[in-house]
Amino acid sequence: MSETRKINHLYKRAGFGIPINELAAKQNKSYDELAKSLIDDSKSFTSLSLPSDSYVDADYEKRKKLSRNERQELRKRNRENIRKINTEWLEKMSTDKAVLREKMTFFWHGHFACKSPVSRFNEQQNNLLRKHALGNFREMVMDVSKDPAMLQFLNNQQNRKKSPNENFARELLELFTIGRGNYSEDDIKNAAKCFTGWGYNPEGEYVFREKQHDFGDKSFMGKTGNFSGEDIINMVLDNPKTAEFIAGKIYKFFVNDNADSEIVKELADNFYSSNYDIGKLMYEIFSSDWFYDEKNIGAKIKSPVELLAGMSKVYNIKFENPKSVLYMERAMGQTLLNPPNVGGWASGKSWIDTSSMMFRMKLPEIIFKSSNIDFEIKEDAEDLIENDVKIKNANKKLNKSVKTTINLEPYVSSLSGKSNKDVIDNLTEFMLQIETPQKTKDLVLKYADDSNAENFVESSIERIMSIPEFQLC
Amino acid sequence: MSKFSRRNFLKLSALASTSLFIPTFIKTVQAKEVTSALAGGYKKLVVIQLSGGNDGLNTIIPFKNDVYYKNRNGISISEKEVLKITDELGFNPSLEKFKALYDNGYLSVVNSVGYPNPNRSHFRSMDIWHSASDSNKTVNTGWIGRYLDSECQNCKNPYNAIEVNENLSLAMKGESKSGIAVEDPERFFLSTSEKFFADLIKANGKSDHDENVSYLYKTMVDATSSAEYVYKTSKIYKSKSTYPNTNFGRDLKTIAELIISDIDTSVFYVSLGGFDTHVNQTGRHERLLKEMSDGVYSFMEDLRINNRQDDALVMVFSEFGRRVKQNGSGGTDHGTANNIFLINGNLRKPGFYNEAPDLGDLENGDLKYKIDFRSVYANVLNDWLGVSSQNILGKKFEPLGII
Repeated sequence: MSETRKINHLYKRAGFGIPINELAAKQNKSYDELAKSLIDDSKSFTSLSLPSDSYVDADYEKRKKLSRNERQELRKRNRENIRKINTEWLEKMSTDKAVLREKMTFFWHGHFACKSPVSRFNEQQNNLLRKHALGNFREMVMDVSKDPAMLQFLNNQQNRKKSPNENFARELLELFTIGRGNYSEDDIKNAAKCFTGWGYNPEGEYVFREKQHDFGDKSFMGKTGNFSGEDIINMVLDNPKTAEFIAGKIYKFFVNDNADSEIVKELADNFYSSNYDIGKLMYEIFSSDWFYDEKNIGAKIKSPVELLAGMSKVYNIKFENPKSVLYMERAMGQTLLNPPNVGGWASGKSWIDTSSMMFRMKLPEIIFKSSNIDFEIKEDAEDLIENDVKIKNANKKLNKSVKTTINLEPYVSSLSGKSNKDVIDNLTEFMLQIETPQKTKDLVLKYADDSNAENFVESSIERIMSIPEFQLC
Repeated sequence: MSKFSRRNFLKLSALASTSLFIPTFIKTVQAKEVTSALAGGYKKLVVIQLSGGNDGLNTIIPFKNDVYYKNRNGISISEKEVLKITDELGFNPSLEKFKALYDNGYLSVVNSVGYPNPNRSHFRSMDIWHSASDSNKTVNTGWIGRYLDSECQNCKNPYNAIEVNENLSLAMKGESKSGIAVEDPERFFLSTSEKFFADLIKANGKSDHDENVSYLYKTMVDATSSAEYVYKTSKIYKSKSTYPNTNFGRDLKTIAELIISDIDTSVFYVSLGGFDTHVNQTGRHERLLKEMSDGVYSFMEDLRINNRQDDALVMVFSEFGRRVKQNGSGGTDHGTANNIFLINGNLRKPGFYNEAPDLGDLENGDLKYKIDFRSVYANVLNDWLGVSSQNILGKKFEPLGII
C-alpha cells in the first residue's frame, strides 16, 4: 500500500479528504504526528449561526396567537432556515480548518439522529454536537438529553408523571448509550419515570418542571431509589457496556464496517478508563498501526454527504446554487438534518441501489459541465406536511440547475511535465483507494481530452470520478 | 466475494454486453420464460401509494351516519351527492370511475385497515406500511424487497420490481435484492447508456474484486442492463387509451404499456401525493380522488382491451386516514385506520369486504383499526404472488380471502 493512499486514508476518514498539494506536505510526517495535528487543528472552532429573526419561531406561546397566514409564513421561514443550515454546514465540512471536529459532528448527528421543524433548535443542536464532538461523551449525553430538539423529537416534552412517555428513555438506552440486550423493558419504563418533567420553555431552554416529575422510588438495572434523569444517564455510563457500544460504532464509522472485536474491546477499555474522552479515543485510532492495515483502506462506501463534501474539499468545487446541493443529497438518499428515523442512516451497501449508483456515476459530468441536471424529483412528503399552499403542485417536478466553480490549478501544477500515462498513474493512485487495474487506466487515457495539459488533467479527474471505485474511501 | 460470486458477476457482465444484440422479440420470449419460473407466473401487482394520508371517510362515505355529519359540518358529502352502493356506504362523487369498476365486480373495499399503536407521523407511519413492521420497531427493509429476497435469489434480472419514480422507496428494498426506480424508461436508458460505462463494465468483468467493488459493478450492470431492457420493452406496445394528463396518469400508462409488452416484472410501485389536506380540503380532495380513480380506470381498460385484466392486481393504500372531526381550517388532521382498495378482473370477493367503520367507538377521536394491513399483504403474497407470506412478514397474519 502506497504512502499516498495511507495518508489519504487518514484524511478521508478523519475528515473529508485532502487536496493533492496539501497531501504532498504530509509525506514525511509520522502517523503519530499527523494524528496529533488533526486533534490540534480541531481545538478551536466556530459555530454555525442563523440570522437572529429566526428566533421567534421557538416560542410556542406566541405561535398560538398567530393567524393562519402568519403561521404559514413562519413555517416557510423555518424550512428556508433549515435548508440554509444544511448547505452552510456542508460547505463548512469542506472549508473549515477543524476537519476532525466537523467529521465528528457529522458522526454524532447520525448517532443522536434527530429532526425538528424549528430551525433554531436545529442550529442549537448542531452547535451542541460540535462543541462536544471531541470532548467528554458523558457531558454530551447529558446536554443532548436536555436539548430542545431532542426533547421535542422523542416526546419528552409530553413525558409527565401521570402519563409517562417512554420514547426518549427507550432510544437513550437502545441507540444512544448501552445498546440492545443490556436492559429490560422494565428498565425502560422506570427510566422514563426518571425523565418526567424534563422539557423546554418558549425561549427554547431546558426546564425541569417539578410538578410533572415523579419523585417516587424507581428500580433501574437492579438498584432502587428516587432516581433523577441525571442519575439514569450516570448509571448507564458507569456501565462499561456503554463504552463498548460507542467504541464499536465509532470503529465501524471511521475504520471498517466489519468490526474487529479484539481491537474494539481494547478501544472500549481505554475509552472507559479515560472517563469517555472522545478526543483520546480518536487519537488512539488514528495513531495506531492497525488503522493503516490494507484491509481497512478503501473498505468503506462513501455516504452521499461524504461524497459531496469530499468533492468540494479535495477538488475545490464550489456549488453556487444551494438548492442543487439539497437536490443532490436527496437524490442519493442523505439529507442533513433529516435522518430517516431515530436510528440514523444505515451505511455501507445500503447507499447503493441502481438509481443512486447511476446518479453517482453521472454526478462528475453534471458538476464538470456545470450543466443542468436533467434528473427530476418529486416533492416529498416533508414539503407536503407543512406547506399547504404547495399541495396543489404536489406532483410538479422540480428542475434544479447545478452551477459550480472548480479550481484544479494545484493538480495541473503538481502534475506538470509528466507524461499522460504518468498523470493517470498519479491521479488514480491519489483519487482511488483501491489498486486500479491497468485496463481501467487505459480507458481513462482513451477517453480523456488531451488537447492540452490542463484539459487532460481536468478530463482525467472527471473520468476517474466516474469509476465505481471512486465511491470507496 | 460473498454474495456475488465472480461467476455470477461474469454472467451478468456478459448479459450486459451481449444484450445489445438480442432482437427485442427474442427478449420478449425470454422474459416469458423467466416470469413463469417465478411462483406468481404472469401475475402483476401494482401498488398505488396515496401520500399524505387520504381522508378515507370522505372517500367511502357513511351517508346514514349522524356522527359523520355532526363532526364534519362543512366538509361532509351530502347524502344526495354520494354514489350509493349499500344502504349506508357510497363513493365520493368524484369516484365515478371507481363506481364503474365496482359495478363490474372489479373492485373490493376493505374498511378500517390499520395496525396496533398507530403512529400519526407521515414518515413513521409510511415506514411502518413499507416495512410491514410493528409500530414500535424499526426495520430497514421493505415487504416487496423481502419478497424479492426470498423468491428471487436465482432471478437473473434486477427488474422484477419497478418503482415508477426517481427514487426507490423503502418498500422496494430488501436485504440482498432491491427493485429499480425508473421514472421514464427512455431517460433512464439514456442516462446509463454512456459508452464509457459500458467499456468500464467490459474491462472489469474479468478482474478479481473485493466485495464492495463487485457490488458497485454489479449494481451498475443491473442498472444498465435493466435500463436497456425496460426501454426496449416500453417501445413494444404504445397505449392509445386516454389517461389523466398528470404525472400519475403517465406513470400508470407506462406500467400498462410494460405489462402489455410482457415485461418480466412482477411488482410495480407508483405514488400520488397531495393528500395531506389540513386546510380547505373540499375541492382539492375531490380533484385528487378523480385523478386517482380515472387513472386506475384507464389502466384497467387498457389491460381489458388487451385481454390482460385478470393479470394485474391493483392495491391502493395510504399511510393513515384522517380524524373523524374536521379541524378549524376546513380540513382534517392526521388520523389512524383507513380503507384500502383492491382491483382486479377476477376477485374472489369483490365489493365491500367488511362493515363501515364504527364512528361510535373511537379512540381519542380516531377510528379503531379492525384489520391489520399485513393481513392484506398476506392475501396478496400468498394468493396472488404465490409465496409464503409468513417469512416475508416476519410472523403469521391471517390472509383476507379477497384475492
